[in-house]
Amino acid sequence: MPFNLLKYGLRSGHEPFRDIPATPDLKASYDVVIIGGGGHGLAAAYYLSHVHGITNIAVLEKGYLAGGNTARNTTTIRSNYLTPPSIAFYKEGVELYETLSQELGFNIMFSQRGQLTLAHSDGAMRSFRLRAEMGKHMGTRIEVVDPKTVREICPQVHMDEGGRHEVLGGLWHEDAATARHDAVAWGYAKRAAERGVEIHQRTEVTGMAVSGDRVTEIRTNRGTIRAGQVLQAAGGLNGQIAALAGIALPIRCFPLQAMVTQPLKPFLDILLSSSDLHTYLVQSSRGEIVIGGGTDPYQLASTRSTLPQKEALATGALQLMPFLHNVKLLRQWAGITDITPDFSPIMGASALQNYWLDAGWGTWGFKATAVAGKRLAETIATGRVPAILQPFALERFDRFALLNEMGATAAGH
Amino acid sequence: MKLMTCPMNGPRSIAEFQWLGAVQPDDDPQGGALVERLFFAPNLLGVLREWWRHTPTNTVFIAERHLTTNEILRTYFHNAGTDSTAGAAQ
Ligand SMILES: Cc1cc2nc3c(=O)[nH]c(=O)nc-3n(C[C@H](O)[C@H](O)[C@H](O)COP(=O)(O)OP(=O)(O)OC[C@H]3O[C@@H](n4cnc5c(N)ncnc54)[C@H](O)[C@@H]3O)c2cc1C
Repeated sequence: MPFNLLKYGLRSGHEPFRDIPATPDLKASYDVVIIGGGGHGLAAAYYLSHVHGITNIAVLEKGYLAGGNTARNTTTIRSNYLTPPSIAFYKEGVELYETLSQELGFNIMFSQRGQLTLAHSDGAMRSFRLRAEMGKHMGTRIEVVDPKTVREICPQVHMDEGGRHEVLGGLWHEDAATARHDAVAWGYAKRAAERGVEIHQRTEVTGMAVSGDRVTEIRTNRGTIRAGQVLQAAGGLNGQIAALAGIALPIRCFPLQAMVTQPLKPFLDILLSSSDLHTYLVQSSRGEIVIGGGTDPYQLASTRSTLPQKEALATGALQLMPFLHNVKLLRQWAGITDITPDFSPIMGASALQNYWLDAGWGTWGFKATAVAGKRLAETIATGRVPAILQPFALERFDRFALLNEMGATAAGH
Repeated sequence: MKLMTCPMNGPRSIAEFQWLGAVQPDDDPQGGALVERLFFAPNLLGVLREWWRHTPTNTVFIAERHLTTNEILRTYFHNAGTDSTAGAAQ
């Protein structure tokens, strides 16, 4: 045996093992073209190929696979939103994640550890009560907890009794979880590719030809292709991509920043956030403390980071856990997020018959990777927008039927 | 430290300023034009004219800023016109 192993090791010409096939040449046409090879686009490709038997699909990704916001996000998965359509949608999203490792045969490192959001003001407590009752009504696990219970759930929290940021209570959401962001994208990509879905990396969509109410051609840096149906899932620059098809989206770009500390021994086994401090903390499986918060305070389409925003994150983190003051930061980064006026996504039909939208995911779309992919695959395969997606239609803005999730989004994505 | 030049107070840290959004026409849109004004704000990859406030002195003014480079091209008061620009600082 050891001899055989040695022989194997010395042999030249090994094929490296690859989960994701190398990028093939572009064909002239596809049944479905997906713009954007992030988690959402890849999930849609997976469900189209595995559930609906549509396999003549090209996923076009301008950079490397899932290198956009999927690579940059802090992986909060939760359903503690405010409006019934949002709660129903994100609840299905959480449930799909619960079994995703088994479904894909790919370990996405799903960890359902619960999220505790802290209130340091009366206003925050009031909104928590509303969200808790809505969540219970919709069948999610959520409750308002008092300071004593906060201490039981997370003994490390600085309660700041009598101080400026005294913890008045919390919103405890047991369904909340995290997962490994890259693994989610790779798992979907691997299984979709097994069914013949083509994943084209370094393939940038540069323009589209529209004739009547259909997109007829998609121009890329590697050639022009035709498509039966098109799904747009392009992340932060969704507004700019839709404009190539002549579609205006109510989106503005804002940077969102995050950072991680050096690895520490495991001590934080929940997702912790504060709606007043706009900061959240989670310990990754490597032991790093991931620190995130709100978007930058002004519009910008750039992935640079800023010192004021990093200082704000650090200040929030130290308020919640002062003992972190000696811990070093290891990495920091930013992504461009596509923010909608109501902090809810835009999914479903556009003014074009064969062009479908999966946009406006802003700071909150990782948790919806599975459910958006699944439900948009269903939409494309059947030509009908399922009921669960209908409230998220682009035309809700014409009807002033906004789904305001700003309060449920600001403190923890 | 990123600086912004307040037309009243000169160059100050960007942290002293509050962004108030794009400058919109001073008219009274109705129907579809109202929807567009309210929800479809400019999202260009170029220069935006926008309202800012220097918070400590409550000075509100206009800045022209590039939305991909974050370069502040000029700042000026609303009624001053673009001639009396206070210049830009990074
Ligand atoms: C710092 C940060 C933290 C976040 N934290 C959370 C969180 O905790 N929980 C949560 O639910 N969400 C979070 N989000 C939001 C989440 O990351 C996104 O909403 C989600 O990843 C969107 O997935 P996507 O596949 O739609 O987009 P992306 O992953 O951005 O994929 C879109 C892809 O389209 C490609 N593309 C763009 N233009 C073109 C073109 N012209 N041609 C071809 N391809 C193109 C891009 O390169 C990109 O890879 C966070 C985001 C950031 C930036």
